[in-house]
Amino acid sequence: MSAAKTVKTIKEINERIRKGKAVVLNASEMAEAVRSMGKAKAAREVDVVTTGTFSPMCSSGMLFNIGQEPPVIKVQKMRLNNIPCHAGLAAVDAYLGVTELCKDDPLNKIAPGAFKYGGGHVIEDLVRGKAVRLWCESYGTDCYPKKKLEKDVTLADLPFAQLLNPRNCYQSYNVAVNMTSRTIYTYMGPLKPNMRNANFATAGELSPLFNDPLFRTIGLGTKIFLGGGVGWVLGAGTQHNPRPKRNERGLPMHPSGTIMVRGDMKGMDARYVRGVSYVGYGSSLSLGVGIPIPILDEEMAWFTGVSDADISMPVVDYGHDYPNGVKRVLAQPTYAELLSGEIAVNGEKVAAVPLSSRVIALEVAEKLKDWIRSGEFLLTEAQEQIPAF
Amino acid sequence: MDKNYRKIIYLSFPPGRSSQPLVCNLARNFNLTFNILKAQITPRQEGFMTLEISGDEENFHKGSEYLKEQGVRVTPVAQKITRNEESCMHCGMCTSLCPTRALAVNAATRCVDFDAEKCSACGMCVRVCPVRAMEVDLENGVLQ
Repeated sequence: MSAAKTVKTIKEINERIRKGKAVVLNASEMAEAVRSMGKAKAAREVDVVTTGTFSPMCSSGMLFNIGQEPPVIKVQKMRLNNIPCHAGLAAVDAYLGVTELCKDDPLNKIAPGAFKYGGGHVIEDLVRGKAVRLWCESYGTDCYPKKKLEKDVTLADLPFAQLLNPRNCYQSYNVAVNMTSRTIYTYMGPLKPNMRNANFATAGELSPLFNDPLFRTIGLGTKIFLGGGVGWVLGAGTQHNPRPKRNERGLPMHPSGTIMVRGDMKGMDARYVRGVSYVGYGSSLSLGVGIPIPILDEEMAWFTGVSDADISMPVVDYGHDYPNGVKRVLAQPTYAELLSGEIAVNGEKVAAVPLSSRVIALEVAEKLKDWIRSGEFLLTEAQEQIPAF
Repeated sequence: MDKNYRKIIYLSFPPGRSSQPLVCNLARNFNLTFNILKAQITPRQEGFMTLEISGDEENFHKGSEYLKEQGVRVTPVAQKITRNEESCMHCGMCTSLCPTRALAVNAATRCVDFDAEKCSACGMCVRVCPVRAMEVDLENGVLQ
């Protein structure tokens, strides 16, 4: 993309936010604004577009410290509500991943398993202010003599607890169908046989990374809405694909960009941090993420003007192709078609079922809009670009 | 009175009653059409049945009275199903398996609307809801 003419800088936008004069629209309103007034006028009139998504986000977890009380301990094994944490970091630092399951979970022994409680649920419980059972075991050293520790802890008791998510906010995702003759249970939800339903995720035109498809403004240091509190983008997420196949608007045609984020759990709201159980698959965390996009120029106005009809996503068979690594796309419906509740795949009509809450995604974008309008949330300049071509 | 009345009811048969032909009399004596959505007899010889009934509303009430006279407990299924509104995220996953479209995404609001009158209490939503917001409370145990 050629450098578009700058209309305003982030510094100027922040000045307007401080004065309470910034024009802030959510991403759906911006789609309408660009459609009605054109990108040039929209670039002059709008300062910030707020995006939002609320979806299961695997590759999330909590980095925390449990503090010490004498005699001190160097934890070797740790569990929270019987969910194993990774304690091999230091004495009392640990990491709990959202897909980690109870020590004695029956898993898929009687398929499909229910996976009622996992790492994501511990995180939700902590954010709700509930006490969780901390269990630690150690071998004891001269400097850390204690060998066992068991007590109830709340989020307030933890000296440090942050979400540190290696991969969130997938830019586009597969639409899942099942071409086998039995029902299957996947991370894309239950899929009925013979392609009777097509499950899809993402928040469409509200999705953060569809509104800045080439990562012009989102990078290390971008301040965001994370789980109802303030968070930060740390850079590209794991599995980030900088070179997807793109359409004429620069939107990826398949899953591609991802971001790594972190945020203090103590400022979060459990409405946007939900432990989830996927029958037959496992546990995860549904998380609300909202990213503000500064409208620096016409190009950013054009990008944020994206509507559901511009976005298309690949339909993939999770019965045979996905588990076997076969790269085959059965259809490429638009997000607007998916929202209509029915898509066509190989000439057959298939019911389209959402997995991401569009209602809460909009709520996230609106909340972020309120924060910016009130002057309490300023935009930040990315300090390192996330590669995207 | 509605001539095209339709209702989904849940019947509980006491031990001993489950072996007798009662439901067929709804058709024979009351001109009602029934569709058995679910039926079960427990080891204690109690019977449970979910029926979709259609026909004349007056006949429905007469048929319902008949079953009660025979010792069968009749409960509208709608009273058996609840959604925890605080917990529901309106993600839409339940709509993938709901056989009667009692749970359906509202195209305008993007919320998942729950119409308890259409529900057959099959319990699929209870199993797949990622936050366990749906509860079906049946006499032979809460479905989870």
